[in-house]
Amino acid sequence: MSTTSLLGITPWPALSAILWLIFLVVALYLARRTAHQAIASVSAALANGLRLASHSVAHAEERLRGRNREVLLAQGREAKERVVEREFVRVGDAVRRDLANYPGLHRALSEAIVRIEEDHQKAVDVPPEAPGWAQAVEAVANIEARSAGTQILTDIHKSMVKAQSEAMEDYRTASAERHALLRRMMPDWRLIQETLEHVSKSVGSVVERSQVIDRHMQDYEQIVRGEDRAVAVLSSSSLVYFFVSALVLAVATAGAAINFTLIARPMAEMVGGTSVIGSFRTADIAALVIIMVEISMGLFLMESLRITRLFPVIGALPDKMRVRMIGITFVILLLMASVEAGLAYMREVLLQDELATSALLRGDDGSAAINTHQWITTAAQMGMGFILPFALVFVAIPLETFVHSLRTVVGLTGIGVLRALSLILRVSGNGTRQLGVLAERVYDLPLFVPLWIEMRLAVSAASSQPQQPVPTGEEEPAPWQEARS
Amino acid sequence: MKGKILAVVFAAALSACAPTAPRNTGIYLLVDTSGSYDRQVTKTEQIILFALSRLQSEDSLAVARIDTGSFSERNIIAKATFDDRPSIANKQKRAFASHIEKFIDTTSPAPYTDITGGLLQAIEFLNEKHPARKEILIFSDMKEDLAKGYVRDLPLKLQGFEVVALNVTKLRSDNFDPREYLGRLDQWRSRVEKGGGQWRVINDLDHLDGLL
Repeated sequence: MSTTSLLGITPWPALSAILWLIFLVVALYLARRTAHQAIASVSAALANGLRLASHSVAHAEERLRGRNREVLLAQGREAKERVVEREFVRVGDAVRRDLANYPGLHRALSEAIVRIEEDHQKAVDVPPEAPGWAQAVEAVANIEARSAGTQILTDIHKSMVKAQSEAMEDYRTASAERHALLRRMMPDWRLIQETLEHVSKSVGSVVERSQVIDRHMQDYEQIVRGEDRAVAVLSSSSLVYFFVSALVLAVATAGAAINFTLIARPMAEMVGGTSVIGSFRTADIAALVIIMVEISMGLFLMESLRITRLFPVIGALPDKMRVRMIGITFVILLLMASVEAGLAYMREVLLQDELATSALLRGDDGSAAINTHQWITTAAQMGMGFILPFALVFVAIPLETFVHSLRTVVGLTGIGVLRALSLILRVSGNGTRQLGVLAERVYDLPLFVPLWIEMRLAVSAASSQPQQPVPTGEEEPAPWQEARS
Repeated sequence: MKGKILAVVFAAALSACAPTAPRNTGIYLLVDTSGSYDRQVTKTEQIILFALSRLQSEDSLAVARIDTGSFSERNIIAKATFDDRPSIANKQKRAFASHIEKFIDTTSPAPYTDITGGLLQAIEFLNEKHPARKEILIFSDMKEDLAKGYVRDLPLKLQGFEVVALNVTKLRSDNFDPREYLGRLDQWRSRVEKGGGQWRVINDLDHLDGLL
């Protein structure tokens, strides 16, 4: 039905429009309750659905958080076990190194003490005293020569002087021996002092280690108990490890790219410069494969050395097999590094050849391209070609950290996403409910005339019957009240 | 399910190992050695060196002269398909350049100009090489002058070919009546395009960047 025919129900289109409007308002007024119920039902259904979805997402977030917590605690527990194990090994080494020769030290100490005791005993022997009759000798010496018995007294005097000088000589000798004995005790004292200092250091080191172990054990206990503080610390550490390892991996990737550049061109000499696999040059793929094999060998070497633990099978191998594996992977790495150095040299040769050809085709004589310091570039390229494979071995360490921390980071990201989704769903649910209310008000907007009339009628009816009970509010509000609210 | 996965993996492996479409270029350069154009031959070296500098491994290049009877392998001065290995390809390029240098020094003018014969030889050569891109470069004034008895009034099959006329010099008669020159170029254009090929003229040899 077209607009023209709608406006043609009366000869006057304006009148037709007014009639249609009145008809429409009346129809809307009559269908008002049903329409309100429909709008409320739809909005409630949508809001409930969204609320349920929000609850479900929140529940999933809860589960993910729990799982992330478990993963964090398990990783932390494992890491602490490794650290404590390592500390115990260090303590064991220290005890073995420093205290294993303790019997020897003890014997040396005892011997030194015995020697000191013996020397001390010897030093206790008192030297012979000088004769006590020196005054008599002096008196005899002072008697005048003219007196009787001069000859006798002179002889006595001489013999006494001689005896005294001999006694003094004995005394001096004995004192010298005592001093010598005491001097001989000095090295023994020093030896004892040094030995005791050494023992003190060893014991101190063990004590320090034990304190470190105590600290780690406290952390370990916190992790085992699943304390929130431990989880927070582990989570923060995990994020730090993730970003640091990602940074190191980015650096390693740059190194691998340089390595790739070094060997991609000469690889064309081996596998051809034009053959392609898919949309990639075979030479590029071959160069990439060589680098990947080097990284893999590096991983295996690190695993065999038990520095990383990405492959438990390798770590669990018998020691003899592990040592063999270390040797084999190292030899392969060495060979590949040598091959890379050769390829880097080849690259330089090819580059020079290409430059010479280009110069010839350009019409140059080629003398300008000769560089006397070319060997520096060549040597640098060869050195890089040899060193980079070994440098890439250490990628295994950040890679392990990255892989382990990635689980936590992905978990944390998932928790964040789920939380945001839950919030969005909840807000959307509330918004839908409010939209339903708004839709009811919008529906009532063109019905303001009949609603006003209804309100007036209701007021007049209420004023004519004052005894009627006051509405409690629990009843359904009148349409005009609903419209006003 | 496992079977389907295996089939997909097998198909992927097969597609990776399947021979890929050729990406190489084949160039056949015709050098006019007729009396009216012989003085221009020295410029050929510039074109050939430019082509050599642009060509890569597995590309093909042949240089042939246009003389009285050009539909012959004997007219090919030098030809090469560059090796897959870059070092060998470089050696081939140097040898090719040296060969061309000798040819330019020893060339002598021909009495007639059989351009169509040269084109037929070029088509045959390049079709045998199966390159992805086929280019025939004609270094000539495009004035065909056939000796008696040579039949060259036959259609050219040039689908997938690009024919580039280089350094098309104006003859003395063209100066009197430029319609001759324009008509000559127009005739060759229509002939090439009728054969399914693409036609191009480059007279400025200092701007060959768009050539290859």
